Amino acid sequence: MAAVISAAGLARTFRTKRGPVQAVRGIDLTVHEGEILGFLGPNGAGKTTTLRMLTTLLAPTGGTATVAGCDLVTDPVGVRRACGCVAQSGGVDGQITVREELVTQGRLYRLTKAEAVERARELAQDLGLDGLLDRRTAALSGGQRRRLDIAMALTHRPRVLFLDEPTTGLDPGSRADLWDLVRRLRDEHGTTVFLTTHYLDEADALADRLVVVDHGVVVAEGTPSALKREHAGSADASLQDAFLAITGRRPAPADAAPVAI
Amino acid sequence: MLFKDTALVYGRCLRQSLRSGVALFFGVLTPLLYLFFFGPLLTGLPLGGQGSSWQVLVPGLLLQLALFGALFAGFSIILEKAQGVVERMRVTPVSRLALLLGRVLRDTTVLLFQAVLLVLAALAMGLRAPLGGILVGFGFVALLAVALASLSYALGLTVATPQEFAPLVNGVAMPSMLLSGLMLPMSLAPAWLDALSHVVPLRYLVDAVRDAYAGSYTSPHMLRGLLVAVGFAVLAVTVGTRVFRRAGA
Repeated sequence: MAAVISAAGLARTFRTKRGPVQAVRGIDLTVHEGEILGFLGPNGAGKTTTLRMLTTLLAPTGGTATVAGCDLVTDPVGVRRACGCVAQSGGVDGQITVREELVTQGRLYRLTKAEAVERARELAQDLGLDGLLDRRTAALSGGQRRRLDIAMALTHRPRVLFLDEPTTGLDPGSRADLWDLVRRLRDEHGTTVFLTTHYLDEADALADRLVVVDHGVVVAEGTPSALKREHAGSADASLQDAFLAITGRRPAPADAAPVAI
Repeated sequence: MLFKDTALVYGRCLRQSLRSGVALFFGVLTPLLYLFFFGPLLTGLPLGGQGSSWQVLVPGLLLQLALFGALFAGFSIILEKAQGVVERMRVTPVSRLALLLGRVLRDTTVLLFQAVLLVLAALAMGLRAPLGGILVGFGFVALLAVALASLSYALGLTVATPQEFAPLVNGVAMPSMLLSGLMLPMSLAPAWLDALSHVVPLRYLVDAVRDAYAGSYTSPHMLRGLLVAVGFAVLAVTVGTRVFRRAGA
């Protein structure tokens, strides 16, 4: 399978008042066309920083990467045309209607007015937002908001979709719907999906392959069952056990007092 | 492309302003209060300028409107950043410069609308000035608004929280207002204060608009004011562009 994302030594160091902070030390990574890749790691491991570099929001301070054949540094516009991105926080204005946000997004991707209106209608139908087009985005439920965020990112039929913790804060039903949606995107359109998550059941159920990062480097990668076999002793072990073995972190003791209330 | 993208961002921002309604009038409130409750105190005083006290005060109030309105414009982008709207747009192929210019032009439009309201109120209070001078005044309001809004958005994009933004902006706004002779002409000042005020770019704009309101369009004040205003606007848009182009901002 052809690689749609490949990164070699991708790194980002932030300069702070207390000296340099190496958020990402050197990520080597290949994602194949049509793959659903789960990008895992503890908080602060460099997941979001990597994602921000791959979507051109942040310039790398080291290494190289291409997305859909376009170099991050020399052809950022090519990368932007090829990928859609849903940030943790989403990205819509609460006072604006669903229709206006979708149409504006189409126009930002250089569709004509008429094309943008038509595309908004199509996306709304495809993502179950039909009846909601004239509602302000602040009036949507969490699950509807997430579907809108994804609709916005799909406006230009991207080859690669980046999802940063897409199901955080969703109820179980909405999470299941979102998993179905991600699978459907891959099956029907061959979209490559690069998603970060803290929910290991989600990674297990959804991802074809996992990449685990810690301290800014890739510490393990493989299919969920391979990781379980290799790091937790058996393919029947939980991904949680494999994850903890890989990152060397234990969960906090159950009786530990909360730090703040 | 830049033009179409700018028009798109401008349209979105202007609709946001129109939707909020109050925001269209909020900025003009302070200058109006000065006009109504401070302006009448000056009518009998020897201000040393040409024409009536209104021809001295109203240019100052116009630039005060632009100063505060445009300097705080960047506040909105801190909120938009928190909502994720800025990054959502930055992952699209839209021109980075358009993301700045669309916003700056929206603020300039809103400030010009407020400037017209202020001048209409001033006419009711007794201002008499040549139409040409009033139009030149609006031109300076627009230039100052473009310059300061660009810098303000650049700052808003750079800082992480509103708490960092407000003190910095206030730290610029208050000295600029006091040292440029916005309220009373610096010709009344002792020599040291007058000299100090020449360090503040806004001083030159104030002098130019006062001359325009008195009908003198070819004075040295006018030339200097125009040079400073255009130069400052070019510099500020350049700074803003650099910040908006930088990937990590």
